[in-house]
Amino acid sequence: MKKRIWRILASSVIYVMAMAFNKLPEDIRFILFGLSYIIVGWDILWKAIRNVLRGQAFDENFLMGIASLGAFFIGEYPEGVAVMLFYQIGELFQDYAVEKSRRSIAEVMDIRPEYANVKKGNSLVRLDPDEVVVGDIIVVKAGEKVPLDGRVIEGNAMIDTSALTGESVPRDIGAGDEILSGSININGTISIEVTKEFYASTVNKILDMIENASSKKSESERFITRFARYYTPVVVIVAAVLAVVPPMITGWSNFNTWLYRSLSFLVVSCPCALVVSVPLSFFSGIGAASGQGILIKGSNYLEALARTEIVVMDKTGTLTKGVFEVQEIHTKSNISKSELLELATHAESFSNHPISLSLRRAYGKEIEYSRVKDAKEYPGHGVLAVVDGKKVLAGNNKLMKKMDIPYSEEKVPGTVVHVAVDNVYCGYIIIADEIKDDAVKAVNMLKKSVNHIVMLTGDAKSSAEKTASELGIDKVHSQLLPADKVAKVEELMKLKSTKGRLAFVGDGINDAPVLARSDVGIAMGALGSDAAIEAADIVIMNDEPSKVSTAMKIARKTLKIANQNIVFAISVKIGVLLMSSIGLATMWTAVFADVGVTILVIINSFRALR
Amino acid sequence: MKKVFRLRGLECANCAAKMEREIGKLKGVREVSVNFFTTKMVIEADDEMMADILPATEKIVKRIEPQVIIEKA
Repeated sequence: MKKRIWRILASSVIYVMAMAFNKLPEDIRFILFGLSYIIVGWDILWKAIRNVLRGQAFDENFLMGIASLGAFFIGEYPEGVAVMLFYQIGELFQDYAVEKSRRSIAEVMDIRPEYANVKKGNSLVRLDPDEVVVGDIIVVKAGEKVPLDGRVIEGNAMIDTSALTGESVPRDIGAGDEILSGSININGTISIEVTKEFYASTVNKILDMIENASSKKSESERFITRFARYYTPVVVIVAAVLAVVPPMITGWSNFNTWLYRSLSFLVVSCPCALVVSVPLSFFSGIGAASGQGILIKGSNYLEALARTEIVVMDKTGTLTKGVFEVQEIHTKSNISKSELLELATHAESFSNHPISLSLRRAYGKEIEYSRVKDAKEYPGHGVLAVVDGKKVLAGNNKLMKKMDIPYSEEKVPGTVVHVAVDNVYCGYIIIADEIKDDAVKAVNMLKKSVNHIVMLTGDAKSSAEKTASELGIDKVHSQLLPADKVAKVEELMKLKSTKGRLAFVGDGINDAPVLARSDVGIAMGALGSDAAIEAADIVIMNDEPSKVSTAMKIARKTLKIANQNIVFAISVKIGVLLMSSIGLATMWTAVFADVGVTILVIINSFRALR
Repeated sequence: MKKVFRLRGLECANCAAKMEREIGKLKGVREVSVNFFTTKMVIEADDEMMADILPATEKIVKRIEPQVIIEKA
C-alpha cells in the first residue's frame, strides 16, 4: 500500500507539471504525461495483458487500460492519465477500507485463546487449547483468557465476559461455577476442570459463527452479484456500438468524438463500488451486532429481521426470569412478615423442593437447622416441622384442607404457600416468576417498530394474562404445549404482509421446533447453551429481551445503508452513461463520478459498524 | 461435505464474486461462498465429487487471481 501511495504521488507531481507548463512543445508534454501514466498504471496494464492471455478478458484492469490508452490515442493525454490515476486512488481507498474491515474482524477474533495452562502432576504445561481433553485441570491467571469451557474447582476471580455478551460489568465467580471460554480473568487465579473440548467450547462456536455468517446471503447481495454479472458486459457492448455505429451513419470524421464517449463508458464499467459496499454494509452490521452480544448467523437473517412485522415471544425465561421468587407475604394473625418467612423457611429447610429454595433466597440468612425438629414432607402438599417448639405447617390448599385448618383461598398468579403455626392459620407467601428488569422497556421499544407483539406460554391463563398486562402485551396465548406453539406461530404467519417476516424469541431450551418454523428464530440467554446456539438464526448471548429491539435497529440501519448504496451507485453510473452518450459528460466527469461513488459508498458502509 | 479454505492474498471483491460464480457452476457443488472480508471460502458439495472439485476450484482461483494462495483453514 505504501508503494502505491508513492507511485500515486510521483505520478501526480509529474502530471501537475505537465498540466502547468502547457506552453511546452507537444512532444515534451507527451513524454511527461506518458511518464506519469507509466508510473501509476504499469501494473494495471501488466495485469490486463496477463489476464487476457489467460482468457480472462473484460476484467477491470483491461477495461481501464483500454479507456486510458484510447484517450492517449485520440490525443487526450490529461484524461488518459487521469483515468489511471484516479482509478488507482479509488483502489487505494478500497484497499484501505478492506484492510480496516479485516482488522476489525480480527479484533472480534481476538477472543481466540492461544494456549491453556494444563496441570500435569505438580507443574503447569502450556498446551494448545486443541490438545486439552475433557477432565483436564487448567489454571487461568489474572489477565489470561479462559481457553475452554469448564467448571471452577478452586479460586475466586472477577471475570470479564464482554467479548461474549457485550456486558461490560465484570462477574464474580468461584468454586462450583460454570465458566465459559472467551471470558477474561481480571484478577485472581482459578483452576478449572474442563467440561468441553475446544471445538465444542463457546469461544470456538462464536468464532465459527461470525466467520461463516456471510455464507447465507441477503437478497440485496444476491441482487448485486447478479447485477455485476451483466453490468460490465452490457456497458462494454454498448461502448463498442457507440464507437462504431454512429460514425458509420454520420460519417467517420466524427469518429474521435464517438470514441471519446465510448471510452467514458469504459471508465464506469466496473461494478466495484457495489460489489464491495453492499457485502461490507452487511458485514459491518453483523460486526456491530456481535459487539453487543448479538450473533447473527447470516446476512439473510439480518435482512429478515429488518422486515419483521410480528414478534412472538415466549414467556418463561424470555420475558420473565424463569426463576421463582417470593413476591408477596401476607399475614393473617399478629405475626410479622419476617417472622412468617423465617418460620416457613425453617420448616421447609429439609426439603429440596424449588419452593424451599425460593424461600431460602428470600430469607437470605443462614438456616439454623438445630431449631428444626421432626420435619416431615407430604409430597404434593407441603411440609410439617417443629420449629422453636412450635408445630409449623407450610404448603398449598390441599395441605390446609388435609389438616383441617381454615384458610383464605387466594386467586393470585404463582404458587401460594400457606403457613399455619400450632394449627392456627397465620398467612401465606406468594412465590412467582419475576418479570425481567428490562422486559417492559423491551416491549415498549418493540411496539414502535413492529405491528404485533404476541406472547406464548405454557402457563395457566390467569398468570399469563397478569404478566402480559404488566408488560403491556395485548395478545396472549396460554396453556400451550410445545407442539401448540408451532401451530400458533403458523397461524400468526398469516397476519404478515408478503414482504413481512415473523420473529420468534425463546430461550432455546425446548422451543427448537418453533425457532426453526419462524422466519427468524431468536434464542435468548444462549450463553453456554449449545442447543439454543444450534437451533437459532440469531443468538442473544445474555438474557436481556431489549436486545431484540437493539438487533432490529442494527438490522434496519444496515439494510437502509445497503439500499442507499445500491440506489446511489447505480443511479450515478447510469447518469454518467446517459450523459456521456450524448456528449454532456467528459471523461473527467466519469472518472470523478466513479471514484467518488466508490469512496462514498464505502464510507457509508462503515456507518453500519456504529 | 463442507470444506473451508483461506484464500491468502485475495485482493479484489469482484474477483471473489467471480470465483464464487464459477465454482458454483462446477458439478457437485451445492453451495459455495467466498467471503472477501474474512478471505474464507466455504464449499459444500457431494462427498464423492469433492476429489474432482478441489483441483478445479484451485484452477479457477488461480486463473482469476494468480497471486492467491489456497490454504486449509
